[in-house]
Amino acid sequence: MKIEVLFPEICNLYGELTNVSYLEKSLNTVEIVETNLTDEPLFAAEMPDLIYMGTMSENSQLLVIEKLTEYKARIRELIKEGANFLITGNALEVFGEEIIDKDGTIVKGLGLFPFKTKRDMMNRFNSLYLGDYEDMKIVGFKSQFTHSYWNEGADEKPLFDTLRGPGLNPDIKGEGICENNFMATYVIGPILVLNPPLAKHIMKKCGIDNPTLAFEDAAMEAYNARVTEYSDEKTGFYY
Amino acid sequence: MQKLRFLIALAAAKLSIVALKITGHNGTNFPGVLAIRICPDFIKHIGKPKNVIAVTGTNGKTTTCNMILDALAMEGKTVVNNRMGSNINSGIATSLIQNATLTGKCKLDMGVFEVDERSALRIFPYLKPDYMVITNLSRDSIMRNGHPEYISGILTRYIPKETKLILNADDLICSQVAPENSRVYFGIEKMDSDKEKCHNLIQDFQICPKCLHKLAYEYVRYSHIGKAYCPECGYKAPAYDYAGCNVNQDAMTIDIRENGQQVTYRLLNDSVYNIYNVVSAVALFRELGYPSEKIQSFFNNMNIVGTRYDIKEVGNSRIHLMLAKDKNAFAGSRVFEYIAQANGTKEIIIMNSCQDDAVHWSENICWLYDCDFEFLNNEDIKNIVVCGPRVKDYRLRLLLAGVDDSRISYTDKEIDAPDQLKYFENDNIYVLYGTDSITLGYKVADKVADHIERSKA
Repeated sequence: MKIEVLFPEICNLYGELTNVSYLEKSLNTVEIVETNLTDEPLFAAEMPDLIYMGTMSENSQLLVIEKLTEYKARIRELIKEGANFLITGNALEVFGEEIIDKDGTIVKGLGLFPFKTKRDMMNRFNSLYLGDYEDMKIVGFKSQFTHSYWNEGADEKPLFDTLRGPGLNPDIKGEGICENNFMATYVIGPILVLNPPLAKHIMKKCGIDNPTLAFEDAAMEAYNARVTEYSDEKTGFYY
Repeated sequence: MQKLRFLIALAAAKLSIVALKITGHNGTNFPGVLAIRICPDFIKHIGKPKNVIAVTGTNGKTTTCNMILDALAMEGKTVVNNRMGSNINSGIATSLIQNATLTGKCKLDMGVFEVDERSALRIFPYLKPDYMVITNLSRDSIMRNGHPEYISGILTRYIPKETKLILNADDLICSQVAPENSRVYFGIEKMDSDKEKCHNLIQDFQICPKCLHKLAYEYVRYSHIGKAYCPECGYKAPAYDYAGCNVNQDAMTIDIRENGQQVTYRLLNDSVYNIYNVVSAVALFRELGYPSEKIQSFFNNMNIVGTRYDIKEVGNSRIHLMLAKDKNAFAGSRVFEYIAQANGTKEIIIMNSCQDDAVHWSENICWLYDCDFEFLNNEDIKNIVVCGPRVKDYRLRLLLAGVDDSRISYTDKEIDAPDQLKYFENDNIYVLYGTDSITLGYKVADKVADHIERSKA
C-alpha cells in the first residue's frame, strides 16, 4: 500500500499525522511518500492507494492552494477515477471555491466542490462530534475558525450524517464532502485512531483484505467508550 | 459619561474587595470581572504604573514572572502584579484596582504582569508595557489557541509599537513577532544534549519563510527550539544579544554573554525550559539597567515556586510532583523528556486529564498525539499508572508509543493511583498533574508518601 502525505511539514496540526502512522503500524507493507511544498506530488504521475492531507494554519492554506492550483485538473481526474483521498480539518476548505474572512479578505480555493467557507478568527468553534457513516458510528472533535456552506442549489455530497454536533456548518446535518472515494471532513485529529472501524474501512478501500489494526482491542475499547459517552445526552457537546 | 461609568465600576469593584476579604475569598478576579462588566474599557481609564513590564508566551511565563517579582521584592520594591490572580484582562484589572486610589490613580510606580497571549487584544489597547518578554510560542490548547501562528499574529497585531521586546531567538515563531518593534534577543548556545535533527512530534516551523525549503539546524533542543538556518537560501535565525553558554548542570550555573562580557548566574532548575526562563529574566534585568552583580544576587536567593515542581524524600524514595499542563502537548513532552533523562528507577502517575472538561463535556484528546509519549518507552520507567476520565485513551496512546502493556497500570479514580504503584527500592515516583488538578496531585502524593511510610513501619 502506498500512501502519499501532502505537505506534512505544514499540514500537521492536532496530531493528525498519526492517521498515517497508525496505518503504517497496522500494516506489514506500507510505503509512505511525503510530498513537500517544493516537490512534485506523486499523484501527478501515478495514483497512490491513499492521498492524505491534514489541518494547517491559515497562512499555510495560501501556500497549499497556490501549490495545488497547478494540479487542479489532475486532482479532478483522480477524484473521477476513484482515487482514495482522506482530507481532515481545514484542509477541506482548500477544495472549495472561496475562503471569506470576516476582515474582508477573500482567498480563492481550488473550486473543485461548490461550497464557500466563512472565517472568523476571533471566534473558535469547538465541539464534539457524533455521526453515522455507512454502518458505523463516527466520533471525534471539531475545533475551527470557520464553517463551510454549499452554494444554493448545489448537489450536496456530505460524508457523514450528523447525530450530534455541527455538520459542515451548524445549520445542516451533512458533514464533510464525499465524491467517489474522496473523503473530506472537518473532524480533526487522529480520526482513524479514534474510529477503528473507519480505519479498517479505508484500508479495505485501499485493497487490504481482512485488515487488522495495531492494538485493535485497546482502540476498540476506547472507541466503544467514546461512542457511549457521546451518545449520552447528558454529555455536553460544545465548549 | 464614560468617566462616571468608570468611577461607578471602580467603586463597585473596591467594595467587592472589602466584601471578599470579609468572607475570606481573597485572590479571585471577581473585582476585575465586575469592573469590566460595568465598564468594558475599564483598563483604559484606571491609573497604570509609570513603568510596566509584561511577560507572555506559551510556556514559562508564570515562572519567569515569579522570578522577576521575587527579584524586585529583594530590592524592597512593591510592584503592581497579577501573581495571585489570572493573566487575562480581569486578572490585570483586579491587580490595578487593588493598587488604585478611590479616584482610580495608581499608587505604585511599577507593574509586572503576566499576560495570557490570547488576551493581548483585550489588554494591550489600554496597557502599554515598556518591556515585554516573550518566552516562547508553541502549540497549546487546541480549543483556545488554535495554533502558534495564530497567537503570533494576535501578538503582532496588538503589542503596542512603543514596547521593547525581549525575544527568544531560538524560537523562530517567537522571534518574528511584531517585526516593527524595537527588540533584543536571548538564546542558549550549543549544549552537549543538543541534536542536529528534531526528534519531536511537534515541529511547528519547518520551512524557510523566504524560499519554503525545509530548514536545517545547527543545533536543536526540542520541537522548533534551536538554531535554524536554510541550506537553500541562507536564511538564519537572529543573533543573540544575550547568549547563554557553558551550561553546567552539575554546578547548576550558566554563563550569559553580552557585548563580549561573560557573567555566571545560578540556575534554579536543570531542565532546559527553565534555563531559558533564567536567561530571559537576566536579559530583562540587564535591559532595565541592573548591574550583573545585583542580578547574580537575585538568582542566588530565589527558588521556583512549589506548585510547578516539588520533591519529597520519603525513606529511600523520592516523590516528584510536576505540573504537566493538561491539553498542552508541548509542555507535556518537556516533562516526559525530563523524566526519561533522569537517573534511577522510575514510576509515573499520569493524572493530568482536564477535570473541568470531564464535568462539562469530554476532553478533546487530540493533544495526546502531538505529545511525545514515546519518551516514556524507556527501560528505567518500570510502571506507568494512568487514571482519570480518559484512562482508555492514555492506555492506547502509551501502547502506540511502544510502551509494553505490562508496564501500564490503570485505575479510574486518580486517588486510587497510588495503589497501582509497585514501590521499588530507591524508587522515583513522578506525580504529573494538570493545571486544574494541583490540589488533587498533592493529595495523591500524600497518599504515596503514606504508603511508603507504612511499609517502612
